[in-house]
Amino acid sequence: MFDKKTLDHSQEGSSRRQAAENDHHTGHPAEKPAAGNPPNSYATVSNLPIKPLYTPADIKDQDFAQDIGFPGEYPFTRGVQATGYRGRLWTFRMFSGFGTAHDTNQRWHQLLRDGETGLSTAFDFPTLMGYDSDSPRATAEVGKCGVAIDTLADMQTLTGGIPLDKVTTSMTINPPASVLWAMYLVAAEKQGVPWDKVGGTIQNDMLKEFIAQKTFMCPPEPSIRLISDTVEFGTKYVPKFNTISISGYHIREAGATAVQELAFTIADGIAYVQDVIDRKKMDVDSFAPRLSFFFNSHIDFFEEIAKLRAGRRIWARIMQERFHAKNPRSLWMRFHTQTAGCSLTAQQPYNNIVRTTTEALAAVLAGTQSLHTNSLDEVFALPSDFAVNVALRTQQIIAEETGVINTIDPLAGSYFVEALTKEMEEKTLEYIEKIDKLGGMLSAIDRGYPQMELSNASYEYQKRIDSGERGVVGVNRYKTEEAPLTGLLKINEKVHEEQIKNLKHIKRVRDNRQVLKCLLEIKLACRSDKNVMPFVIEAVKAFASEQEICDVYRDVYGEYRDPGYF
Amino acid sequence: MSPERKLRVLLGKPGLDGHDRGIKIIARGFRDAGFEVIYTGLHQNPEQIVNAAIQEDADLVGLSCLSGAHLYLFGEVVKQLRERGAGDVTVIVGGIIPAEDVPALKAAGIKEVFFPGTPIQTMVDWVKNNVKPL
Repeated sequence: MFDKKTLDHSQEGSSRRQAAENDHHTGHPAEKPAAGNPPNSYATVSNLPIKPLYTPADIKDQDFAQDIGFPGEYPFTRGVQATGYRGRLWTFRMFSGFGTAHDTNQRWHQLLRDGETGLSTAFDFPTLMGYDSDSPRATAEVGKCGVAIDTLADMQTLTGGIPLDKVTTSMTINPPASVLWAMYLVAAEKQGVPWDKVGGTIQNDMLKEFIAQKTFMCPPEPSIRLISDTVEFGTKYVPKFNTISISGYHIREAGATAVQELAFTIADGIAYVQDVIDRKKMDVDSFAPRLSFFFNSHIDFFEEIAKLRAGRRIWARIMQERFHAKNPRSLWMRFHTQTAGCSLTAQQPYNNIVRTTTEALAAVLAGTQSLHTNSLDEVFALPSDFAVNVALRTQQIIAEETGVINTIDPLAGSYFVEALTKEMEEKTLEYIEKIDKLGGMLSAIDRGYPQMELSNASYEYQKRIDSGERGVVGVNRYKTEEAPLTGLLKINEKVHEEQIKNLKHIKRVRDNRQVLKCLLEIKLACRSDKNVMPFVIEAVKAFASEQEICDVYRDVYGEYRDPGYF
Repeated sequence: MSPERKLRVLLGKPGLDGHDRGIKIIARGFRDAGFEVIYTGLHQNPEQIVNAAIQEDADLVGLSCLSGAHLYLFGEVVKQLRERGAGDVTVIVGGIIPAEDVPALKAAGIKEVFFPGTPIQTMVDWVKNNVKPL
């Protein structure tokens, strides 16, 4: 990318810098850092070494047109939209849910009044795992880590007063994604909103559940089948919905490095695309534009920016070269980003605002389509209204005060950023090749490969913190005595009773024969290659509960048990 | 006198919460410290954990919960251990536990509560000082 004179110049400059560093270390011992906290090694949070200086020589092999190029153009390193944030800002989408559907609906309305532009649902663990609130497995967990949804009635309460043709909703739901999505679509229909006007995202990414987030129900193979059913159904009837949110977020939270996050996520994406093509015989361009992604933005500023820029380039090339996609939108890696929950500390929790701000800024500089900013108190509980407001305001300040949105992909061309982007790409492709050799992601998961990679990475990271090699302010550096944070959100224990009461009522007033008939039809569809979605929709309309439908899945496909790799 | 056998630790994740990064790090740290470690895997109910602790002859049970259901789930494990004649097994816990819940957990029979940011070595030292093979 540079002429010989520039490269010679770069070489000389690097030599002078090296000489200065040698002088510094050998000639002037007095200038060494003062004793005290050991310095961080000059490596990223993922332990990737970083050079002291980057020059044109570090990106000499990159081709501007082929590797970097323009926003909105292949290979999309600089963003999928030609107009960047001038065309449209990212969506301010705060992940929220707690207590009953009514509690969460109130917070949603508050967030929308405060300037949030998209909704994102956190479900409680029983809902995430396909259990109703009255299941013994749900004891003490109802409404705790998210909102409890048992039937269509809860979903209607949750979305009450929200115009589902105007506001998009993301739902973090995986094993029972087909069921919760059906409830959402029926709720929209009852609002008078046709399906082709309903937009949003279901996470619906089971592979990363087996790797990292660990909400699972059925084994991997039938889990993938249910996902391909939803992709097929969405392509036909709900064209504005993102049918899978291929997620690296949880892989990172579970301890992966930045490269592992990107590599495993893309390998998951490859597996989904391949399955829909093989199982449904669908043209890649018919469904690929509705696949979206979800990444973590961790504390290492440039590593995250490089990771996300590299991700776009890799996905575009894979879609074109491996799957022969022709529609440019099939090549787009559109992604939501969430700041890293695992980077927050229980110690000196107000510092978490600074961490989240830094991480949010990295996501924006990398061109995210949508963003959740964590609240300062999320290491203790679901966030309080106050903490959520600070987190939302953080995004608004970045968008409206800092000026970083004025130009598209402002870090492009930085020797460091482009070199690191390339390095992330190369290391990611090595992993993808390895997973291909293992027979793809399903086979790799069966062998415990990504699970053990994460386990190793998270243990190594913890050892670096415990040894003090890596500093975390308030944890192993600059510790102070402090009073506990007050004003945390408490979930009322009455939530559980209320959910059970409502569920009992529904089961009493609905047409139980109709429910049984619908469940039987789902069972038959599961046993055949018929798409389950139309049958799930009918069951939901008849007020079949989430668990009743999920029990059919468990009955037909069996249950997956955690192998407990460590 | 026979040499002391290795301390046997059963680590469990009660409830539906899938956050297993912490407990798996502890599993490896404890193993590297020379303990014999058995990990139940996720999504166990208290009864399954108690069964495993008794079958495996555990000296120590370590539980992790990040879902907010800790008071019920941890309490149930201790209660059921006692009911099954295994009340001498030490139980320690960690996860997202508000400081204000610690007195209730200790009153229920939990020996120690470890908070986020605790170095592995601190926990290893605590175990060595407080738990002997039964």
